[in-house]
Amino acid sequence: MTTKLVGAKVQRVEDQRFLRGQGRYVDDIDVHAGTPTLHAAVLRSPHAHARVRDIDVEAVLDVEGVHAVWTYQDLADLSVNLADPLPLLIPHPALTHGRTQYALAKDEVNYVGEAVAFVVADDRYLAEDAVDRIRVDYEPLPPVVGIDAARAAEHLVHEDVPGNVGARLEQEVGDARAAIADAPHRLSLDLTVERSASTPLEGRGVVARWDPDIGRLQVWTSTQTSTGVRAAVAVKLGLDLGQVDVITPDVGGGFGVKINHPWPEELLVPAAARALGRTVKFTEDRREHFISAAHERGQVHHVEVGFDDDGRLLGLDVTFWHDHGAYTPYGLIVPIITSTQLLGPYKPQSYRVVFESLYTNTVMVTPYRGAGRPQGCFVMERTMDAIAAHLHKDRTEVRATNFIQPDEFPYDQGLVFQDGRELEYDSGDYPRSLEMIKRLVGWDEFEAFRAEMAAEGRRVGIGLACYVEGTGVGPYEGAHVHIETTGKVKVATGLTTQGQGHATVFAQLVADELGVPMTDVEVVTGDTRRMPYAVGTFASRSAVMSGSAVHLAAKRAKEKVLRIASDALEADVDDLEIVEGVVSVKGSPGASIDLGTVAVLSNPLRYAFDEKSRAATQFTVGDPGKPPVAEDDEPGLEGKDFYSPERSTFASGMHAVIVETDPDTAEVRILKYAVVHDCGNLINPMIVEGQIHGGIAQGVGGALYERMAYDEHGQLLNASFMDFLMPYVTEVPDTIEIDHLETPSPLNPIGVKGAGEAGVIPSAAVFAAAIEDAEAHDHPGLAITGMPISPSELFALRQAQEPLLKQHEEDA
Amino acid sequence: MTEELHEIRLHVNGTSYALTVPGRRLLSDALRHDLGLTGTHVGCEHGVCGACTILVDGAPMRSCLMFAVSAVDAELTTVEGLADADGSLGPVQQAFLECHGLQCGFCTPGFLTTITAGLRDNPRPTHAEAREMVAGNLCRCTGYQNIVKAVERAAELGAGR
Ligand code: FES
Ligand code: FES
Repeated sequence: MTTKLVGAKVQRVEDQRFLRGQGRYVDDIDVHAGTPTLHAAVLRSPHAHARVRDIDVEAVLDVEGVHAVWTYQDLADLSVNLADPLPLLIPHPALTHGRTQYALAKDEVNYVGEAVAFVVADDRYLAEDAVDRIRVDYEPLPPVVGIDAARAAEHLVHEDVPGNVGARLEQEVGDARAAIADAPHRLSLDLTVERSASTPLEGRGVVARWDPDIGRLQVWTSTQTSTGVRAAVAVKLGLDLGQVDVITPDVGGGFGVKINHPWPEELLVPAAARALGRTVKFTEDRREHFISAAHERGQVHHVEVGFDDDGRLLGLDVTFWHDHGAYTPYGLIVPIITSTQLLGPYKPQSYRVVFESLYTNTVMVTPYRGAGRPQGCFVMERTMDAIAAHLHKDRTEVRATNFIQPDEFPYDQGLVFQDGRELEYDSGDYPRSLEMIKRLVGWDEFEAFRAEMAAEGRRVGIGLACYVEGTGVGPYEGAHVHIETTGKVKVATGLTTQGQGHATVFAQLVADELGVPMTDVEVVTGDTRRMPYAVGTFASRSAVMSGSAVHLAAKRAKEKVLRIASDALEADVDDLEIVEGVVSVKGSPGASIDLGTVAVLSNPLRYAFDEKSRAATQFTVGDPGKPPVAEDDEPGLEGKDFYSPERSTFASGMHAVIVETDPDTAEVRILKYAVVHDCGNLINPMIVEGQIHGGIAQGVGGALYERMAYDEHGQLLNASFMDFLMPYVTEVPDTIEIDHLETPSPLNPIGVKGAGEAGVIPSAAVFAAAIEDAEAHDHPGLAITGMPISPSELFALRQAQEPLLKQHEEDA
Repeated sequence: MTEELHEIRLHVNGTSYALTVPGRRLLSDALRHDLGLTGTHVGCEHGVCGACTILVDGAPMRSCLMFAVSAVDAELTTVEGLADADGSLGPVQQAFLECHGLQCGFCTPGFLTTITAGLRDNPRPTHAEAREMVAGNLCRCTGYQNIVKAVERAAELGAGR
C-alpha cells in the first residue's frame, strides 16, 4: 500500500538542484545561438519630477561594443504599440485617473529611477559606461513626496490629475456614522504605516532571443506571471501570441513585486533581441531594484468607532489615504484589500470605509506579500486594543465578543472584494483559534511572568492580533498531466514558482491520485509552451488554484488509465487499483499492467520504435471494425483540467508575541512568538511552516526596521542593503511556536486555503500591541500608532510622555 | 577606447581555468559568466547580502567585492564544489535538505559556503554560535529558523570534521 503523501512533511525535490548550485535563474540563462549574449543597461531619471527637454546620445554612438541606444523617440519605429503607455493591468471604475508610464520616458519623468534611455552592448560593464555618456537636459519640477504633500496638492504629480487623487472608493454596510453617533462609547484613532518593499534577493531580469528561422521569440523572465508577460509582449511588439514563448526559470523570490508586468525592460529586451538578431539580457542591480521596481504599504488611516459596554462594534468608520506612487499599473488592488480585509474575523454592526489613492513622485506601488492586509490588520487590531483599554477589559475578551461564530459560515460581509466578488467567508473557527493561541503563548499566565520580570527590573509586554486572509482568488488555473510510455508522469501548470516548493507539493497531489512514486512525477511551472492558459502566482493562490487543477487533471488521467486497463485486464473499473505505478485487479495480484504499458495502449501506432511500442501497432491491437481512436476519445494518456472557483477561500490565524523593551535604549527584544494558523487542509506542513517563518521575518522587518526613507526632493536615501534594514538572523525570533487548525475549504476539491502571505499580515499589529503593553506601566498612555517603530522612535515617544508623567506626579 | 585585458588562470573546485578579463571584471562575474559556474549568486553587488560568498583558500569571501585578477593565486571553492566526491550531497547541503533550509534557493549557495567554513573552524557550535555563524547573510524567504537548524544538523552530520 502506498502511504499518503498529501499531509506529510515531504522533503523538497527541487532542493537537489538548488543545493548543488544547479538552479537556473534568469541571469544564469546563456543562449549560445552562434554569437554571445548582449547586455542591456538603463539610464534612469535622477529627478523625482522633471520635464525632459532633450536627450543627447551622440557620445555613445561610437563607443566600441555598443549595439543600440534608444530613447522614447525610437520606440515607434521598433513597434507602433511600444510608444504607447504601458498597460493599466487592472482597471476599476473608481480609478478615474489611472496613469501608467512609458517604456522610456516621454517628455516627463515622475520618480527617481524612471527609465529614460536603453543601451545594449557587448557586456554590462560597457553598457553602463555608455549610459554614463548620455546627456539629458531636464527641467526640474516641484516634486510631491509623501501622503501629506499629495493631499495638500500644492503641486501636482500629473498636471491633469486634480488634487493628486487617482481614485476615491467608498463602501458602506449599514449606517456607520449614525451608529457611532448613537453608541455609548466612541473613540478615534490615527494610524500610519510606512513604505517598505518585497525586496527579493534576486532582482528583476529578462533574457530574450529571436529565432529568425521560425519567426519566434523566446523570453525568459523573473516574473510571477509568464502568461501575463507573454500577452503583453505580443501586443506591444506586434506579434501573434503564437510567436511568443515565455519561460519563467527559477525565481529568486518574488513576494509580490514580480507580479507587475510588463516592466519596461520586459518589452525593450525582446524588442532589442528582434531588432539586433542577438540574444539580449538585462539583469537589474540592487540599487535599480530599490528605485525602479515597486514598493508598498504607505498608508495613513483615520478611524472612528462606536461600541457598547462589552466592546461590541456598533459602528466602524475608516478613512484612509493610500500612496500609490507615480503610476497605477496595478490599479486599486492594494487599497481595496485593506478596505475589505480590515474586518478580519469580526462582524461590526455597521461599517463604512472610504479611501483615496494618491499620486506622489516616488516609485510606484504594487502588492508586496500581504498586499494591504498588514495595514488593515494594524488598523483593526489597534482599534480592538484601544477599545479594550478604554473599557478596562482583557484584549482577548473584546475580540471574542466580535467574532463571527463557527455556525455563521458562509458569512457575507456585504462588501465587494478585490476580485469583484462578494466578500463571503467560506469557513473558519475563530473562537477555537483564540483558545489555541492563548494557550500557546501563555496569555493567562502572562501577568505572573510580567511580575517576575519586573522584579528583575525588566519590562515585558504581550500582544495579540487576528486576521482573515482572502486567498486563492480567480479567475482560474489549469493543469496538464501526461503519463509517458516509460510510466513517468509529466505535470505542467501555468503559474510560476519563486520558492514555494510547487515541484514538490503538486507532485504529492499527483502521486497520491495516480498511485505512482513521487520520484516518477516531474512538475513544470510557468512555461507557456507547456501550459498557455494561466494567471499567475499572487494572493496566496497557488495551492488553491493550481493545486486543485493538478488534482483534477490527475483524476482525469486516472479515469483514462482505469478505462484502458479494465479493457486490457478484462476487469471492472471498480475492481482496479493503482499502486506504485501498476494497475492491478484488487485481490488478484497476477492480473496487472503497468502505467507505461497503459500509455502505450492509449496511443494506437503505425510505427514501432521499441519493444514496448510494438504492442500498440496496427496489426497487433484494436478492433478492425472500429476506428482506432474512438469518437469521444483522444490518443495519449493525458488529463487536463481547469479550476475556477466562485470566490476566494478565507484562511485565518492569530499571532501573539512577548517582547522586552530596554528601559534605557528602548531596544525591542522578541522573547516568544506564537502562531495559530488555519489554511484548511495542509498539503505539506513543512512547507507551510516555512512560509510562516518567512512571512514573520518580513513582518518583523516591517514592524521594527524597514522603511523607504525619501527626502523632500524624492530621493530615496536608503537604496542599498547597507541602509535599508532587512532582518538578519539576529533580528528574528529564535523559535516560532506554530499550531495548526484545519477547517477545510468547501470551495475546492482538496479543501485547502492559501498560506503564502499569512505570516506577514498581523506582525505590525502584534508588535505595536506588545510594545505598548510593555511600556504601559512606566509610560501610561504611550500609544504606538505608526509602523515601523525604531528604538529612537520609541525613545522619543517615552520622552514625549515624561512631561505628562511629571505633571501627573506633581498633581498627585 | 579599448580596455586592457589580462590573461589569467583561476583555480576553482580543483580545476584550473584560463580566461582573459579586464582588470575591473568582478570575480563573481568571472565565475558566473566566464566560467559558467552560475551557482554563485549576486544579490546586491555591494558586499552586504552574502549570496556571492565563496571560499578563497578556505575562508569565506564575497566574490562581488573581489576582482577576478586578484584571485589568481588562490584556491577557490564555490557551491559546485561542495558535494562529496561520490556526487552525493555534502553534509551542509544534506542538512539544508533535511531541515528545509531553503525556499527560492537564491541565498543558499552563500549560506552553504559560509557554514562549510564556519563548521571547519568550530565543528560543535552552541545554538548561539550556530546563529552567529549565519548572521552575516541575508535570506528573504526562510526567516532563518530552519537555516540555524541546518547548521546544527550539519554539525551532527560531521561537517566540520
Ligand atoms: S552579492 Fe556579494 S554580498 Fe551581496
Ligand atoms: S531562500 Fe530565498 S532568499 Fe533565502
